[in-house]
Amino acid sequence: MKDLALILANLGRKKIRTALTIGSFAAALFLFGLLIAFRGSINQGVEVAGADRLIVINRVSLTQPLPISYRDQIEQVQGVEAVTYATWFGGVYQDERNFFPQIAIDPPTWRPMYPEFLVSDEEWAAFLKDRQACIAGQATAQRFGWKIGDRIPIRGTYIPGVWEFNLVGIYRGARPDDDTTQFWFRRDYLEENGPDYWKGLVGWYIVKVSDPDRAPAVVAAIDERFSNSPWETKTETEKAFAASFVKQIGNIEFLILSIGAVVFVTLLLVTGNTMAIAVRERTGELAVLKTVGFGDGRVLRLVLGEALFLALFGGALGILGAAAAAPQMSRFMYGANIRVPASQMLVGIALALFAGALAGALPALSAMRLRVVDALRRV
Amino acid sequence: MAIPFIYNVRSVRQRWASAIVAVLGIAGTVGVFVAMLSMARGFRATLVASGSPGNAIVLRAGAASEMVSILTGADVQVIENVSGVERGEAGPLVSPEVVVIAAFPLKKTGTDANVQVRGVSPRVLQVRSGVRIVEGRMFTAGLNELVAGRNVAGTYAGLDLGRTVKFGGGTWTVVGIFDAGGSAFDSELWCDALVLDQVYMRPPNIYQSVTVHLASEAAFGGFRDALTSDPRLTVETERERTYYEKNSEALTAMITFLGTLVAFVMGIGAVFGALNTMYSAVSERTREIATMRALGFGGGSVVASVVVESLLIAGLGGVLGAAAILPINGWTTGTINFQTFSHLAFAFRVTPDLMGIGVAFALLMGLVGGLPPAIRAVRRPVASALREL
Repeated sequence: MKDLALILANLGRKKIRTALTIGSFAAALFLFGLLIAFRGSINQGVEVAGADRLIVINRVSLTQPLPISYRDQIEQVQGVEAVTYATWFGGVYQDERNFFPQIAIDPPTWRPMYPEFLVSDEEWAAFLKDRQACIAGQATAQRFGWKIGDRIPIRGTYIPGVWEFNLVGIYRGARPDDDTTQFWFRRDYLEENGPDYWKGLVGWYIVKVSDPDRAPAVVAAIDERFSNSPWETKTETEKAFAASFVKQIGNIEFLILSIGAVVFVTLLLVTGNTMAIAVRERTGELAVLKTVGFGDGRVLRLVLGEALFLALFGGALGILGAAAAAPQMSRFMYGANIRVPASQMLVGIALALFAGALAGALPALSAMRLRVVDALRRV
Repeated sequence: MAIPFIYNVRSVRQRWASAIVAVLGIAGTVGVFVAMLSMARGFRATLVASGSPGNAIVLRAGAASEMVSILTGADVQVIENVSGVERGEAGPLVSPEVVVIAAFPLKKTGTDANVQVRGVSPRVLQVRSGVRIVEGRMFTAGLNELVAGRNVAGTYAGLDLGRTVKFGGGTWTVVGIFDAGGSAFDSELWCDALVLDQVYMRPPNIYQSVTVHLASEAAFGGFRDALTSDPRLTVETERERTYYEKNSEALTAMITFLGTLVAFVMGIGAVFGALNTMYSAVSERTREIATMRALGFGGGSVVASVVVESLLIAGLGGVLGAAAILPINGWTTGTINFQTFSHLAFAFRVTPDLMGIGVAFALLMGLVGGLPPAIRAVRRPVASALREL
């Protein structure tokens, strides 16, 4: 306890230096937090993907449609519990930059397929009643300030015309990482008013399997069924489907790791330097401490403790700052949910402590090895 | 009177360990900053290079990209006869095009990525004069033949010259490799538009865009006016270059934003490091500085001297960081372009001006890191500073 007071007193001596070192720890951990949050937002789809869901797309690419008649055929495949389908609308709300996914869905089968998207029963009933109804995710509704009852015009791109929808509900995610940027409307509305060449087609199927462990067999059975037809399919688990998108973005993991490594080494150098200066300046004092009976180990602990304290304080400051700032970034990422999970905050603080210990080790060792006679003579 | 520069050089040498730390801190920051910006530059340059100055692209009015545009064969015929279109021996230099996406496995990871397959006119090489066949030959009109962009064969498995691939319900042979000068086309597969329509069972005579080789660059204004005033058409046109520039905007803006944010936060950390170094440099030299002032060096020259020293450290760091990142120039990487949903290969571009920006950023950090300690150095009364141990 006495040592803690001594450490604090030493830190308080050069207030600017202490503040600056804490500041550089905070800056590094702030950056760490933001990068983690950014990576998380990209991997989100993979992490929340349902283990029991498969995605069936056209083998050629997901921009090619599949016939609606596949629904009944997929349902007959052994191990399939439920099937629903969706079509990508790809329209523009006011401006190109206001991107969010608009999906034409089949209302009766959609809701049981995605239990993680929470819609109240009244709102769902309203959706079933109105052909032009739509439901938006919380993030998108917030982004554009929509309220229930609003009329939302969306300009079609590959499907011509300006389409108007009535917002009857807002869905929430059951978990913090669930995607609440989607915008759902009824496929029968699209089928009725869309162009002829689009009739009888859907974008992709979502399949629920009764036993996730048997998913590979179901995947093979579905693709087998439609092989050598004009519309061959490619079935993947929802996780693999989401992961293939992430992989195409490029090696984000590598990018983040290399930035993180550069920051970490830089930080190590900066703190190591500060601690070295602090020990050098205090050579005389440390010698006096030893003279009055402080053991080698205790001197080591004093110097190391100082470094660890700086790391802990700066690290906590930085990571909390990042946690507070991360949600602000979502504006630049199409309203995606960006946050720093608590487990990653702990990892960050552990990293900071590790850097602090490493940076303090050398000066602490040299302080420990200090020979009183030499040190006192130096003054 | 100014304190000689050699004094700063010697003083940095005196405290070399701590100076090196500050130099490395700044070098790391500048390196990351330049690397991120060079990525954004490379991506943008690849797309912009896709447009040639003498070409225009025609899309359905209101369509922001080819992916969502539809033009009919009748539209194409009208466009071919608009004034301003260059005419070759075989007719107007116009390429009505169809773009679809097909998934092929990436060599590196084995997972599928989307490749743009572009159905073009057999005359496309005259329309896009920057593209040439470097291996094999051009596809034959009417046959299931593909020519692959330079980056395609290297990036995807099974698309080498002479191989056959199956997609879209057809079997295709890769008969040639083309070089599009480092543009986005280098990541595409090209084939006959009519064949592509058939194989994909799309309605015949439906295209997505028309690329037109203009008689001259200046002919664009007249061409656009003629198109937009023609009552038979509901189309819009842009210079090809402008179109691809717009296509690169979203991702370029995102990388630049991320890069600047990272560099800014790292910069704060590095400035703190520089401040620490300079504060301790100044406080170790309290008596020395007081002596100089007693000798008649003014406060201004002491401030200038400390700032110069800090700039020296920062400048070294900046040059080191920019030089260390230079080897990534030309590295090829790939990403998905969300405006086309397809995978695009591009190279990092470390240009001299980016390196200049990096060094300038370093000097700014040096200035911010040097000024407060400099001011502190001259604020102590000479008499009391001299008395200090």
